[in-house]
Amino acid sequence: MTGGPPAGPDPRPRLVRPERNLRARHRRERTVGGILLGFSVVSIFTTLGIVAVLLWDSLAFFAEVSPLAFLTGTRWTPMFEPRSYGVLPLLTGSLLIAAGAALVALPLGLAAAIYMSEYAADRVRRTLKPILEILAGVPTVVYGYFALTFVTPILQKVWPGTSIFNGASAAIVMGIMIIPMVSSLSEDAMAAVPRALREGAYALGATKFEVATRTVVPAALSGIVASFILAISRALGETMIVTIAAGATPALTLNPFTSIQTMTAYMAQTAQGEAAQGSIEYKTIFAVGLTLFAITLLMNIVSGAVLRRFREVYE
Amino acid sequence: MSEVNPTDTTAAQAPPPAASGVAPAFHTPRPDGAPVPAAAADAAHPARQRAPGQFRPRLRYRARLGSVFAVICLLATLVGVVVLAVLLVDILRDGASRVNGRFLSGIPSRLTERAGVAPALAGSAWILALTALVGFPLGVGTALWLEEYAPDNRFRRFVETNISNLAGVPSIVYGILGLAVFVRALSLGRSVLSAALTLTLLVLPVIIIAAQEAIKAVPNSIRLGAYALGATRWEAIRHQVLPLALPGILTGTILAISRAVGEAAPVIMVGALGFIAFVPNSPGDAYTVIPFQIYSWVSRPQAEWKELAAAASLVLLALLLTMNAAAIYLRNRFSRRY
Amino acid sequence: MSDAIYVPAGPVELETRDLSVHYGEVPAVQGVSIKIPDRRVVAFIGPSGCGKSTLLRCFNRMNDLIPGARVLGEAIFQGSNLYGPGVDPVDVRRRIGMVFQKPNPFPKSIYDNVAFGPRINGYRGSMDELVERSLRRAALWDEVKDRMDASALALSGGQQQRLCIARALAVEPEVLLMDEPASALDPIATQKIEDLIYQLKQDYTVVIVTHNMQQAARVSDFTAFLYMGDLVEYGPTQGLFTNPKEDRTEAYITGRFG
Repeated sequence: MTGGPPAGPDPRPRLVRPERNLRARHRRERTVGGILLGFSVVSIFTTLGIVAVLLWDSLAFFAEVSPLAFLTGTRWTPMFEPRSYGVLPLLTGSLLIAAGAALVALPLGLAAAIYMSEYAADRVRRTLKPILEILAGVPTVVYGYFALTFVTPILQKVWPGTSIFNGASAAIVMGIMIIPMVSSLSEDAMAAVPRALREGAYALGATKFEVATRTVVPAALSGIVASFILAISRALGETMIVTIAAGATPALTLNPFTSIQTMTAYMAQTAQGEAAQGSIEYKTIFAVGLTLFAITLLMNIVSGAVLRRFREVYE
Repeated sequence: MSEVNPTDTTAAQAPPPAASGVAPAFHTPRPDGAPVPAAAADAAHPARQRAPGQFRPRLRYRARLGSVFAVICLLATLVGVVVLAVLLVDILRDGASRVNGRFLSGIPSRLTERAGVAPALAGSAWILALTALVGFPLGVGTALWLEEYAPDNRFRRFVETNISNLAGVPSIVYGILGLAVFVRALSLGRSVLSAALTLTLLVLPVIIIAAQEAIKAVPNSIRLGAYALGATRWEAIRHQVLPLALPGILTGTILAISRAVGEAAPVIMVGALGFIAFVPNSPGDAYTVIPFQIYSWVSRPQAEWKELAAAASLVLLALLLTMNAAAIYLRNRFSRRY
Repeated sequence: MSDAIYVPAGPVELETRDLSVHYGEVPAVQGVSIKIPDRRVVAFIGPSGCGKSTLLRCFNRMNDLIPGARVLGEAIFQGSNLYGPGVDPVDVRRRIGMVFQKPNPFPKSIYDNVAFGPRINGYRGSMDELVERSLRRAALWDEVKDRMDASALALSGGQQQRLCIARALAVEPEVLLMDEPASALDPIATQKIEDLIYQLKQDYTVVIVTHNMQQAARVSDFTAFLYMGDLVEYGPTQGLFTNPKEDRTEAYITGRFG
């Protein structure tokens, strides 16, 4: 049909007033973006909150007790006379148990990682790895129960004189708990070592043992070390196993078979106690908490830096 | 290039001169007993002149060393598995007898025969629900912002670094935070809400990181397809990205919440009570949770309390097992190959 | 087809008899019988996926490292079957060395890279001397003699590859297998490697895989053309390139495929 455009209104369906719809959609877009940004800021506020809370009461504490006395004092008796606020017993308690846990977890974790990365058939690895991960999923209270009711009696038979609450039992169980941390991260580090490196070593007449220990592990070392640091940091921050099994006696000792109190156990045990809010005993919780936070934060940052340097080499 | 000497066809097949005195190529002799051909036996060959005796490969020793090492590593791997098994058997042995209907529905009592975990179960259920309610939107929202909205600048890297640092902060420090902020400053008191909020902050980094992974796994082509049809960023996320990322996000969230349910240290700090004789009815009520109940019971000297602690441990492990199984089921059922 | 497959007149260092390699169900090398003469350079050429690298890797049992790889037939080194019972691959690999396509130095010092092989294999002589000798043979000594403790990763690509050659030579192999050794390098570095190969053949039997036909023509004494796992033609390089006996060979070298 010839002629001009048809008479009457345009019968084709119209797009629903695009300008208004578009504006509304963009407005919604901006709102959503704002909400999501707000959510993300919660994480920043969490960190700020932690730092603020720890600093606030710690500063009040350090107004009464000199930081030097706190950091270098060797007696920790905030609850009874003569009051002494030297944190070293708690610090050594934490370090001793963490060292014991490391003694268990680092060799076992690394050996497990080597096995799963270099020796195990695919099917075996796929079965073993999740089972090890289960170790990491068991609640720490249950580990504490196990340490107190199962491990300690055994230790008492093997080492007569071990007290009911002792550091060794907690250290051993804690070590088992952090094995997956070491093995998983170390295995990832070893898997990142390029195949070409292994082939080069095999081609020179190396056995699988030599390839694993003299080529792969040295090449993956930064990643492995990062996993070690992370695991120790975790051991330092762990609360329930030590609270249940290690004891409530601050002691500047290297003997793991007696009752030891760690920083975390002190905080947990004191919080349930009778210390009045605002009292200096109460403030010790925050001072100790600040110390623990600073140490673990430092270790985590170092571990992250070591891991990043490792990734740079291989990616 | 080389010459081809047609008359020299015999050398490759001729038997070697008897006085060669050179050992055969490998540690095994030829199966047909025939002597080694000329090339190997030619002592004047430069390869043989290159100080052949200076290597002591000690093959058998090295092979044996390797086998021993492999066995040691396998044993090391199995240590964890064995200890896990021992732990489970030990708890079952100690506590299985006490897990019965009365235990699950009863309330703590001074009498060990009558003690039950109902309030603790209810408290843990409250924690589960509240943590999920608060943690899921916060965590997923943060992950969405990081992955879909945030420009790749210093602020975003700062937020991500901050989150991974938070993941490493000891749980008891979160307890201190919760005590000061929720219990005291916001006057929520020693309520189950305080505990839930504290635990939410604790597991938030876990949810965020898991959700980030799930969102990253959605191929970019899907987003681009949506944009090309005129969708805004949120519309593309809501209708295309989120549905695909949801199974992974849910799996990660469930695992994070199961971790929150198993925690005791922060709960101690924000004031759970060891002896609650009622089931909490509202978020503002006093409460206890299973891990705290276990701690409370195991701290008592008598053997019966320890058995109760074991029984409660079994309940907790069963609860966590269910949650983890649900998470794994979700992941396997809904994870699609793109 | 057998007149397209050359039989060397002189001493034979390496040989395969009806060698086949399967990765799972997929055949990579099918019934190849080839004789590698002593102290000559043999080049394997052919299009991608023809099996030349797989065939090369049979000679030092590197295919063992690939799960699912099956080797049938025989590979003979100095008269003994490399795949015979009781043969230790570790022993084979020391005596038959390999250089890979992409240089793969260990993240250690230059010295330790060269010393790694001898140390593992219980070298009892002077390590310093062996390292220097190997680096000289690889034409790298002058460039690195003042920085033996520097990381090998700091070297250029061409230097790294020569380091890998030095490393392979340090365990005093009798055969050197080279899998496209210059394909990751620039033309000048490539030239150096080719000159090196020409030197090395006085003392070593060299088998080189290359996808670069001009390189094969420049460097090798004999060339083998493989196609889809089959050995199509094998003979003196001059002859194969100027007057190929098989149609497929001619098609490949004139660029009609591959």
